[in-house]
Amino acid sequence: MSREAILGAIRRGLRRSALPEDEAMALRARLDAHPRHLIPARTRQPRAALVAQFIERLEREFATCRRVPELALVPAAVADYLASQNLPPVLVMAPHPVLRALPWSGHPMLQLHEGAAAAGDVVSLQHGFAGIAETGTLMLPGGAARPTTLNLLCETEIVVLAASRIVGPYEEAWDLLRAEETAGGLLPRNVMLVTGPSRSADIESVLELGAHGPRRLHVVLVDDEPAARG
Amino acid sequence: MVESGGYVPGPADRLAGTAGEGRMRVTSPDFKSNAAQAMRDGGLQKALARTRPQFPARRAGAVAALPEFEALREEGRRIKDHTLAHLDFYLETFADRVQLAGGRVHWCADAAGARAAVLAICREAGARTVTKGKSMASEEIALNEHLAANGIEPVETDLGEYILQLRHEPPSHIIAPAFHLNREDWEESFRHAHSDLPADRVFAERRDIMAEARSRLRARFLAADVGITGANFLIAETGSSVIVTNEGNGDLTQTLPRVHIVLAGIEKIVPTIEDATALLRLLARSATGQEASVYTTFSTGARRTADPDGPAEYHVVLIDNGRSAMVGTPFQDMLRCIRCAACLNHCPVYATVGGHSYGWVYPGPMGSVLTPALIGIEQARHLPNASTFCGKCESVCPMKIPLPNMMRHWREREFERHLSPVAQRRNLALWAWLARRPALYRAATRAAMAALGLFGRRRGRFRRLPLAGGWTEGRDLPAPEGETFFARYARAQRRGAA
Repeated sequence: MSREAILGAIRRGLRRSALPEDEAMALRARLDAHPRHLIPARTRQPRAALVAQFIERLEREFATCRRVPELALVPAAVADYLASQNLPPVLVMAPHPVLRALPWSGHPMLQLHEGAAAAGDVVSLQHGFAGIAETGTLMLPGGAARPTTLNLLCETEIVVLAASRIVGPYEEAWDLLRAEETAGGLLPRNVMLVTGPSRSADIESVLELGAHGPRRLHVVLVDDEPAARG
Repeated sequence: MVESGGYVPGPADRLAGTAGEGRMRVTSPDFKSNAAQAMRDGGLQKALARTRPQFPARRAGAVAALPEFEALREEGRRIKDHTLAHLDFYLETFADRVQLAGGRVHWCADAAGARAAVLAICREAGARTVTKGKSMASEEIALNEHLAANGIEPVETDLGEYILQLRHEPPSHIIAPAFHLNREDWEESFRHAHSDLPADRVFAERRDIMAEARSRLRARFLAADVGITGANFLIAETGSSVIVTNEGNGDLTQTLPRVHIVLAGIEKIVPTIEDATALLRLLARSATGQEASVYTTFSTGARRTADPDGPAEYHVVLIDNGRSAMVGTPFQDMLRCIRCAACLNHCPVYATVGGHSYGWVYPGPMGSVLTPALIGIEQARHLPNASTFCGKCESVCPMKIPLPNMMRHWREREFERHLSPVAQRRNLALWAWLARRPALYRAATRAAMAALGLFGRRRGRFRRLPLAGGWTEGRDLPAPEGETFFARYARAQRRGAA
């Protein structure tokens, strides 16, 4: 059987048989502890500076950002954005409780439907799990409340993110995910780390936006944390 | 560096069953004529000249913006060395956790086994078309030809891979597969392949070319029965596979079809998410000079009950194909490679002859070390010689792989096995005989340098030189100044002592 042949060849190369139990236990302890390595100093900043860094890096990667002082103002920010880009007021929205609870009724021209994205959908509205200031990256785990296709199929993706969910390094975002989203000890089936809209440099090494994923990525950042306002 | 005296020829020494018809025919034995042809290829030279300075400049910018980069290289090396020392344990742990997450692992000893495993999964799924994310492992096992021969249509979705599939060409670079093409090549191929579109349409900008590919491929993404991706990392802790892309094609490939197949070499494994995170900090910066690629995606098992999208089946095809035979040999360090292509991008030989000259899947310095291990030194014997030993590759390698050293090991193997030509062996033997006789050696070199210095004094360089035609054909040989290093050093010592 190939499994035994491959493992046998590796062990011959390492000049040993299968690991003795005490060594295997030490490795399992390392897996359980999943120790961190060197973390770049740029991620250690006061909250306000961290949020500013997140926005700056995200914009450098060709995403856009609009800060709003409270959740209730998200529908207006979404409507404004769509109008400014000449996009139709039709959205496929993540069935997330935070998005559902928004005061959409004040904007009757916005047509929302919930669920996974389909081929014809033009604009998606996603709920951001966390923001990573280190590189201006969004962490978007898939699941019942956050369909993965919302990050892929539409030409424009809008992500609603709370400022309190912005962390410095990747490791802190993973800690949040491990604490909140690992039902049954499993990671969500899909976890996307997204840094800006889709692009390619395959034609003559010149960067062009809008390869296969969204051409536009817009973040509506909700200032829910006084210390992060700056 | 793992030193091992007792090298035993293993599976890595024979052809790993990947040769044959199709895109990935092995032409490594013809490296010299390939290279000569590449240097006469105007289109290729134009593409190389345009792209050559770009990657190094972008990488340098990204490295300068992260003061911890050097320390991270050292950490990356440590993480991979730890993993390789316990490779069996981490692979078994990974397989167990994939199963817990509702996926299946297929262990494949060679390319034929991997092709068979993929075909069996596709048949089981009743697949007619398969979308593919960019995967060098797929090139290595020559998967497309095998699927097509069995009535299943593979569709490459990475922009660069897509045009290469249209042109029936292999990739020439491990992260920028269409590195060798110019814009006019794109236009010509698209007009030819998309003949149902108006013939008089205008490609005014590069983005018009990209938009056409996007709309053509969108339908294929939606129709595919199976999606096949590679993996940048496999994570033992969680049973996850990780892909890194800028286009989003890999994500569409692994999200929309009912079945997702991951192709990965056994060396892609790392223990934890934190280990992968440390390596990801090195990968994008070393590869494209980005701080992070646009999409870094972790896939873990099959779709869960409440999930609104994602594949119902998740398979990982683990490919050995000569890798396990590198463990415990002087070539083990090569298994640290994370396929960033920094060594290609900084190599003067690659920049001159392009990727196709190397004649198999992996070009440039990393290929010159890996290819002989995977298809045998007999076929790949020119590759470890296709180096000036300038050392740039090792200095930019994020995993600190001693590439020149390992090429030297392969040259020794080549010599030991009498694979090098008779004239070269005879000259080397003559040189060795001379070098073991210091007085004679110094006298001979003194005479030779004096003669060359005298004849070359006027021009300062030689256009032609007897016995060195191979060198002077492509460039001039600088003339020596007429004195050996030994003589000059001895004089300086005497002067210092006086």
